[in-house]
Amino acid sequence: MVLERTALSAGLRAALPVLLGIVPFGMITGVAMVASGIPPLEAMAMSVIVFAGASMMACAQLLSQGTPLLLIVLATLFINLRFMMYSASLRLHLAHLPLRWRLLVAYLQADNVYGLTLARFSEKSLSLEERLGYFLGAGVPIWLAWQAAVLAGVVIGAGVPASWRLEFAGPLAFIAMTVPLLRDRATLAAALAAGLVVVATAALPLRLNVMLAAVAGIGVGLFFDRYKTR
Amino acid sequence: MNLWLTIAGMAAVTYALRASFLVLPPSVETPPLLRRALRYVPAAVLTAIWAPELLLQDRVLFLALQNERLLAGAVAIAAAWRWRLASVTIAAGLLALHFFDWLT
Repeated sequence: MVLERTALSAGLRAALPVLLGIVPFGMITGVAMVASGIPPLEAMAMSVIVFAGASMMACAQLLSQGTPLLLIVLATLFINLRFMMYSASLRLHLAHLPLRWRLLVAYLQADNVYGLTLARFSEKSLSLEERLGYFLGAGVPIWLAWQAAVLAGVVIGAGVPASWRLEFAGPLAFIAMTVPLLRDRATLAAALAAGLVVVATAALPLRLNVMLAAVAGIGVGLFFDRYKTR
Repeated sequence: MNLWLTIAGMAAVTYALRASFLVLPPSVETPPLLRRALRYVPAAVLTAIWAPELLLQDRVLFLALQNERLLAGAVAIAAAWRWRLASVTIAAGLLALHFFDWLT
């Protein structure tokens, strides 16, 4: 597999404006993880090994509420289910790559890398080498910027006084991710149902209410989705 | 130790999801129901995570003007709706939290 230099630099150029958005979010993730009690080394390890901001933020929040390990892993599964969607979609363009490259593409998947790449793949017809080059050209710098930002957040976070209440940045980041998704009635209904169920079943042990709410939200979304198409 | 196990578990499920379809041979199709259900996952799951932080105190519904997290969350939702920028939403929410905290 030969990497296309022009495709690599095209990917990098597309990624540059996105980097500006990643840095504050990465820093906030780092700060929130440390603020909710994850030691710096573990926070950094999680950032490199898991590499999925929303689930890391959720893990920090759930850990501080005393959630058992298995449920945190289950919550991670639900939060990161969207990667399955990305995986299915990227496969349409990259299925013919050798397996080791597809395994690397899988690791580098992130919301913005996926968004940038798919936008490019759908507007231009590219060779397989060019597609891989573009993906890596965008994906590698985004990965580097993310890790640097989390590291900065972890370092800063350890010195931030608790009275600043930066742990609230966690839920705020989730609000920032949720609201732009609520474009149609089915998605809005899914979010409302999840919010209602999570609060109504809050007395359940082991934070089971989060899982119950996720399932209820997906069910209600599907119901409205079917209603819409009829 | 428990934390390292948690990290390992999170990494395993996350990578499995990312690799899921990419490692399949090109001939396999995605089932339509799964594709439709996956569309509602982010909104449902993310809301289930932030809603309790705003609405509950010690696992009990806390709807009152003294709940500064709820008020700050409402400000953040409005900011997210208007500007759709994560940095603005987070900054607005944190500022509102301190403002309402100072007010009550």
